[in-house]
Amino acid sequence: MPDLAIQANGLTRTFGAFTAVDHITFDVRAGEVFGFLGANGAGKTTAIRMLTGLLAPSDGQATVAGHDVRRESEAIKRDIGYMSQRFSLYDDLTVRENIQLYGGIYDLSGAEIRDRTERILRRLGLERVERDPVHAIPLGWKQKLALSVALLHDPQIVFLDEPTSGVDPITRRQFWELIYETAHAGTTVLVTTHYMDEAEYCDRISIMVAGRIDAMGTPAELKQRAGVDSIDELFVRLARPTGDRAQHEART
Amino acid sequence: MTESVAVSAEGLIKRYDETVALDNVSFSIDAGELFGFIGPDGAGKTTLFRILATLIVPDAGSARVLGSDVVKDLWTLRREIGYMPGRFSLYPDLSVEENLRFFASVFGTTIEQEYNQIAPIYSQLEPFKTRRAAALSGGMKQKLALCCALVHRPRLLLLDEPTTGVDAVSRREFWDLLAQLKTSGLTIVVSTPYMDEANRCDRVALVQRGRILAIDNPTAVSRSFGRPLFAIRASDRYGTLRALRQYAHTKSVYPFGETLHYADARENIATDTIARDVSTYLGQRGVADATVSAAEPTIEDTFMARMGAPEGEERDQESHA
Repeated sequence: MPDLAIQANGLTRTFGAFTAVDHITFDVRAGEVFGFLGANGAGKTTAIRMLTGLLAPSDGQATVAGHDVRRESEAIKRDIGYMSQRFSLYDDLTVRENIQLYGGIYDLSGAEIRDRTERILRRLGLERVERDPVHAIPLGWKQKLALSVALLHDPQIVFLDEPTSGVDPITRRQFWELIYETAHAGTTVLVTTHYMDEAEYCDRISIMVAGRIDAMGTPAELKQRAGVDSIDELFVRLARPTGDRAQHEART
Repeated sequence: MTESVAVSAEGLIKRYDETVALDNVSFSIDAGELFGFIGPDGAGKTTLFRILATLIVPDAGSARVLGSDVVKDLWTLRREIGYMPGRFSLYPDLSVEENLRFFASVFGTTIEQEYNQIAPIYSQLEPFKTRRAAALSGGMKQKLALCCALVHRPRLLLLDEPTTGVDAVSRREFWDLLAQLKTSGLTIVVSTPYMDEANRCDRVALVQRGRILAIDNPTAVSRSFGRPLFAIRASDRYGTLRALRQYAHTKSVYPFGETLHYADARENIATDTIARDVSTYLGQRGVADATVSAAEPTIEDTFMARMGAPEGEERDQESHA
């Protein structure tokens, strides 16, 4: 596996006159938990779509798991996992069927699918509900199952798009322990979140503002550099540099 | 007409098949309060808001809103409350202005007549008034929905998860707007899954699986944690967490921002002693750089301490019993 799981250089995407992602340059090291932050509309989703081979860049380059995003998007799809809270699992299929379906999509052998299905069910304690449709299990279990399914084919990198929305605070933390385990096992994790405390759980984070990366580093470095106590404070300051002024004007 | 109590609920119960959405919920909200229901998905927040908005009927119990019964007096009540559902419920193909005009006309009024009421928010939307609602950013959509809920001059606002999925900055701005609206004397009832938003409310109810875990002002709820809490910093946070899970005196330990929050199971022990014992233990476990310091409990600490087993796991225990 290359030392750099993701390497983006001047990556850009325009839609007509609108520049959604504006020359972003960053690296993610193998085995890192990288927090990809930004306000709604800052360009995170467009950037992730390029990195996952779903959308061609307008300019710049990127390699993901050693593959070029323009020329080798099919190879990228085999080497990455992707999970979003909303779209990952089939609600009407059972827990077991979901795992088997993805095993088939990823072209695993019958033995591999059987083996990994048992491992996931045991690891997550889902044996008792393995024949229940996914819509009937609690949201927290669904999220853990969705992550396991995204890891089914042993990808080098997994993209997690707001994986913890809506769950209770303990379940949210249990999910982060799964993320840590995943990274310890050598899989690189790129994660987006609206929970600023979760940004602190990442090895490094980047903050996108209006298509550009305005800050990047370890949470501790970024806080120290900006002289703030939390990533939340830094995020507010960066994402709305004129926020205080605009609000002031709106009131007066 | 002025009542000192804006909303009161007594023993509300609502079931959907096997699921108990509300399990004997009682509370009271004063007129002029900014009141928050804080809890994760599945806590029953939406069911509660639909009952208060007269859209569904409870299986048992009763609720009065602005002096009217939510079941018997629904037609009176509907004119007096502004309800913003959790799911974006405006017309995506209508423009900002058309949406607002539509909601005004439903209540027999106009944007012009109500301009003062909505001005603080609508002034931020006016530059985009010809834009289709579907093309607005998440934060702007929420502001438009709030405008539409306000346009008939309600005496009570019911906002069901207005900030879910919205980024941290837009969430802040939305709460600033609510604080501003509150100054006019409007009673505002909000629900949210974000624990940090509790501090923007006068009082909050922590809700989990259809039950109220605690109800008070945010400071009192935080303090009700009721035992010493420690923040532990160490470079290997995951290793430290795993070590503390095996420590004999651990009551609870969770990742919390850049630290771990630790509570000790022993009663009547000086905080200094606890801090020293934990440091010593971590040293023995190979965590050399840990610092242990006293921390103020937050709403989230209280929530985790009171919620018991997380989602699904309680069912586990029940079915094994």
